Amino acid sequence: MEIEDETETAPLPQRKSLSLVNARLVDPASGLDAFGGLLIANGTIADLGMHITEGSVEGTESLDCGGRTVAPGLIDMMVFCGEPGHEHRETLATASRAAAAGGVTTMCCMPDTDPVIDDVALVDFILRRARDTALVHVHPMAAMTRELKGEDMAELGLLRDAGAIAFTNGKASVANAKLMRNVLSYAKDYGALIVHHLQDADLADNGVMNEGEVATRLGLRGIPTEAETIMLDRDIRLVELTGGRYHAAQISCRASLEVIQTAKARGLPVTCGVSINHLTLNENDIGPYRTFFKMTPPLRDEDDRQAMVEGVASGDIDVIVSAHDPRGAEGKRRPFAEANDGAVGLETMLGAGLRLFHNGSITLHRLLNALSARPAELLRLGGGRLVKGAPADLVLIDLEMPWTVEPGDLRSKSKNTPFDEARFEGRALVTFVAGRPVYHYA
Amino acid sequence: MSLLDLSQAAAEQSRQVEKKSSHLRGRTLINLFFEASTRTQSSFELAGKRLGADVMNMSIPTSSIKKGETLIDTAVTLNAMRPDLLVVRHHAAGAVELLSQKVDCSVINAGDGSHEHPTQALLDALTIRRHKERFEGLTVAICGDIMHSRVARSNILLLNTVGARVRVVAPSTLLGEGVDRLGVESFTSMHEGLKDADVVMMLRLQRERMASSLIPSQREYFHFYGLDAEKLARAKDDAIVMHPGPMNRGVEIDAHVADGARSVIREQVEMGVAVRMAVLQALACHLPNE
Repeated sequence: MEIEDETETAPLPQRKSLSLVNARLVDPASGLDAFGGLLIANGTIADLGMHITEGSVEGTESLDCGGRTVAPGLIDMMVFCGEPGHEHRETLATASRAAAAGGVTTMCCMPDTDPVIDDVALVDFILRRARDTALVHVHPMAAMTRELKGEDMAELGLLRDAGAIAFTNGKASVANAKLMRNVLSYAKDYGALIVHHLQDADLADNGVMNEGEVATRLGLRGIPTEAETIMLDRDIRLVELTGGRYHAAQISCRASLEVIQTAKARGLPVTCGVSINHLTLNENDIGPYRTFFKMTPPLRDEDDRQAMVEGVASGDIDVIVSAHDPRGAEGKRRPFAEANDGAVGLETMLGAGLRLFHNGSITLHRLLNALSARPAELLRLGGGRLVKGAPADLVLIDLEMPWTVEPGDLRSKSKNTPFDEARFEGRALVTFVAGRPVYHYA
Repeated sequence: MSLLDLSQAAAEQSRQVEKKSSHLRGRTLINLFFEASTRTQSSFELAGKRLGADVMNMSIPTSSIKKGETLIDTAVTLNAMRPDLLVVRHHAAGAVELLSQKVDCSVINAGDGSHEHPTQALLDALTIRRHKERFEGLTVAICGDIMHSRVARSNILLLNTVGARVRVVAPSTLLGEGVDRLGVESFTSMHEGLKDADVVMMLRLQRERMASSLIPSQREYFHFYGLDAEKLARAKDDAIVMHPGPMNRGVEIDAHVADGARSVIREQVEMGVAVRMAVLQALACHLPNE
């Protein structure tokens, strides 16, 4: 299957239906895990089950999956893209290619662009550029405050009508509690989801990595976990006050997990995410000032990493994100304290996540749930499910295939991966968006 | 200990009328300072000249060019001029190591942010050895702004390696998280921290620390952490007083103590030249000759 640049705007011609046969069908939402086949027609899942076999449906092409896994395509709630403003780092087109190669069929792009996505026209721009250039579904998350400054509320209602899937303040936390209260309260009227980055800027005080022994040894300024947890605590109180739907974009430490668990136990509309980096790496990976491991929130210690894994295993952490953040050499080839935060992750999220499945810490269903079904629920999208009538956004996964991450082969324009030369077991073989193959592993 | 022995010999060479040797004859040494320095830069310059090298000083104030951008660019540019030795100071931790990856010559760390300052620790060790003739079993109290001090980090590493017992003394806001796991005993009281110490090493207090609310005032700092005769009396009778300079008299150290009989601060400066000669000479043995 040859993937070509899709620049035409005309609707695609009616495609023949396709059956995926001899597959292990895994639907994390329903718990389905069965051998069988799946019929794709008109961009949706037309049927699935044991009865779909090679030649069972007249006039369909069929793809023999050889017993490999067919699962809902991944939905990534946090992708920083350079378009508009920083196209040299990444465009929607290149990010979408990276996504397709990583089994990601839907990505939410963050508003931290130049200009910031805080205006109806910019939401419209993203949607049109994505339609014209991207291989996967793209949903913009809009800024909840103008220019992400944390001073004035953005036009949440108009932005939502224009197609903003949720609201966030990007990589900046809203320090003003009154503004945060008003945003949560106002967004509630629209049922909109507020996604918040957690870092108290004063407490973080220009820190560049996790506070503790490693930072002290390296002579780098530390950020205590409390900078995250205090902000989360405050937000939970405001959720209680307002009843707004709230999603902690990324948590990174055990104390934050405990705050989330308590809030959920009290029935508050609170959910949270964790990045694949915080599930699989810790502060020791920074070693001799390796800037590809610099990110926000910073990588924490091993106990915090284990807490994150436990949180996904128990379901208390709802969503895994790639936190894909392309950065060029000009931002990364610097002394650690002066380097940019961020790591690319769209192509490596599944492989890195499967490490946790292979070492027995997270079941396949829990992993895929956090990567597809749960984000679909939070964003109220139709995907993330293997059921009749759902969009045929699918990924065919070889759970066992060994491969090595070669930064030069990454489809992302920027190559700042912390998984340079990492050996993974398992990857996406074919990715389908609306029934159409957009990636085929060569 | 060969580096310290070499330094001792260099110290003797520096006290002769004829101070020059030819270990680095024909070699080019560049002092590349991204952060202002008086004594480190001049002592490397003298050390290079006494060994017969051509020495060039480059001071690159960070304000003139956007931070960080200069580092790799400057490294590549300088590398093209084919120096044999680069002495580098930078305001960011890890910057010297990053630069060393981009050049073909020997690179000496003359201080990188709050990380390390290896030649300072060597000159401190040499000074201690000249007075105490050993390291094993000595108690060294490092006092002051431990959190931001590269001098403290390098001294902790070196003194632990040679068998001294290292204490750090500072208010909790200047100790640094996890400092206990660096192989030191930590104290928040000078009274306890200096008790029976053989060496009292004071650190410079930057004025910015007051601005960021780490300590309330100079006056209060001097009262509790400034080294005066009374606090020094807690240490052993033959304890020596050290300071990497430049000193803030009346902030971290009383003028009488700084200039007193137990102060070896001026000797530290002399040993600074000697240690840097030894480091350069040791590296010169391994420079390519073709």
